[in-house]
Amino acid sequence: MTTTTPTPRAAPPRRPRRLLFGNRPTRSPLLRALVKHSVMIITLVLMLYPLLWMVGASFRPDNQVFSTLGLFTGDFTTDNYRDGWTGGDQLNFSRFFFNSLTLTVLCIAGNLISCSLTAYAFARLDFRFKKTLFALVIGTLLLPYHVTLVPQYILFNQLGWVNSFLPLVVPKVMATDAFFIFLMVQFIRALPRSLDDAARIDGCGHWGIFRRVIVPLSIPAFGTTALFTFINTWNDFLGPMLYLTEPGTWTVSQGLASFLDATGQSAYGSLFAMSTLSLVPVLGFFIAAQKLLVEGIATSGLK
Amino acid sequence: MKENVAGGAGRAAERLPRPATQQPIAVRGRGRRAAGDNRAAYAFLTPWLIGMAVFTIGPMLFSLYLAFTRYDLSSAPEWIGLDNFRRMFTTDPRFFDSVDVTLTYVLWSVPLLLAVSLGLAMLLNRGMRFLTGYRALFYMPSLIGGSVAVAALWRQIFGEEGIVNKALAAVGIDHGSWVGDPGSALYTIVVLQVWTFGSAMVIFLAGLRQIPQELYDAAAVDGAGPVRRFRSVTLPMLSPLVFFNLLLSVVNAFQAFTGAYVVSNGTGGPSDSTLFYTLYLYEQGFAQLNMGYAAAMAWVLVLGLAVFTGLLFLSSRYWVHYGDER
Repeated sequence: MTTTTPTPRAAPPRRPRRLLFGNRPTRSPLLRALVKHSVMIITLVLMLYPLLWMVGASFRPDNQVFSTLGLFTGDFTTDNYRDGWTGGDQLNFSRFFFNSLTLTVLCIAGNLISCSLTAYAFARLDFRFKKTLFALVIGTLLLPYHVTLVPQYILFNQLGWVNSFLPLVVPKVMATDAFFIFLMVQFIRALPRSLDDAARIDGCGHWGIFRRVIVPLSIPAFGTTALFTFINTWNDFLGPMLYLTEPGTWTVSQGLASFLDATGQSAYGSLFAMSTLSLVPVLGFFIAAQKLLVEGIATSGLK
Repeated sequence: MKENVAGGAGRAAERLPRPATQQPIAVRGRGRRAAGDNRAAYAFLTPWLIGMAVFTIGPMLFSLYLAFTRYDLSSAPEWIGLDNFRRMFTTDPRFFDSVDVTLTYVLWSVPLLLAVSLGLAMLLNRGMRFLTGYRALFYMPSLIGGSVAVAALWRQIFGEEGIVNKALAAVGIDHGSWVGDPGSALYTIVVLQVWTFGSAMVIFLAGLRQIPQELYDAAAVDGAGPVRRFRSVTLPMLSPLVFFNLLLSVVNAFQAFTGAYVVSNGTGGPSDSTLFYTLYLYEQGFAQLNMGYAAAMAWVLVLGLAVFTGLLFLSSRYWVHYGDER
């Protein structure tokens, strides 16, 4: 009974609508596009306005930072950037940017090398306990990091690694980012095995196949891994906060957070200036590799 | 030795939830070469095996032990049995506050994020011009939403003199600081999470493109209106991706830290209204050096999350449709 009723009911309401909007069935596609684009643009403006406002505020003198809702009104100054960049002894952002950059490069290198080696074994080789070990990779994908947070801290503390980059870099060199292993396994499995066989006939061992066949063909997966490692490391706050306690070793995230703690209303200009600057590398990277990235996310389901 | 590590670890992994995408790796009748592969494989796997043992399995077991101890980093851990758990569930109101805050956050931010991302993906899907441009711009917040810079900005936007209040004042509404009010502070962080809907939207967009147009045509011939087409075609076809995005956002939301830390200045305030589970764990473990208690909290989170995701997987049987079933 219920299954037959919707069809006849769905049809009649159309007629009265036509009376109201005389030309509805042939409503101009131009008008529709206009409505849609308006919705998009309004949503975008609402979303991105805070960011634009921050950029604007970073170019205003300190006493005018909060004075306006407008973007680029008020006096113009670059003092905030100069003050933040050179700073005092404590908040020297040139140092923080250098630290963040070093850390990021090391983490990217660690992830690329270790995850690709691991992924090659899982994607191409047959060995004992393969299923069990791969289940382990999957298992750690969803494991909350909290459960290793305390013991890892105790371990690195015992090793005397606090206040160095080692606690943040060494785990990457040891392929602890299960997601990127998974990503690369999926990618390598999709590459034709005939290429491996051809290389084998030419005398390549596993190392040769890996280096001469798999790595060059996996550049897109390497790119995605590098970009997301970059973003994760650059934005990371908890890790550096635990392990980098001396201001000389701080990353940009810590610098910004301490800005917030230590200073009153008077330094918000510099905070916004340095915040703006800290977003530039991430957004720059993204804009440069936009297509690769978005396609990669769409196909791999990466966050 | 290696085998011991592998075996124990395998059992540990079985207790954890598995994503839907898991496929056993096909072993393609290459048994004759298996002996040769073993050595090479374990050579390739060496860094990962060491990392697994030293940075994951080892710490997990150690934190399981710590959960039953009192430990402050300076003296040896003292075995106290179930005391940490007893304290958590009977005499620590802040623990319940943190669970409450986190669940409230998950239950608001996840559905909102999914609704916004799906809605905009559907609007964008219908052959729009500048699609890639819009897509990139919507995606941008996802890249920076977890940063201190944006969290700091958030604190200003929703502060006493922030632009939200300036905009409200322009239409005659007077409101105090949003982040300073225990009733609204948490929701400013919900907004921050929903702001990063772009990554889910991109995944939905990719999925929408895979739905064959014939299904919509057939539905239209049957007289289905837009609502009916959405319910009977779009949602079922997209359900695997809805499930995937749901799972990811839930796991992410349970682990939120930076936003809450920065917006509340590391306190979880005002009045513990943004005391996220992770924030409280951090405070117990690293500010008060109750490392045993923090380890116990971490294991409660693992179990809670396992139950939560387990229920999601169970429920998925009833509402997630994969293309290959009839």
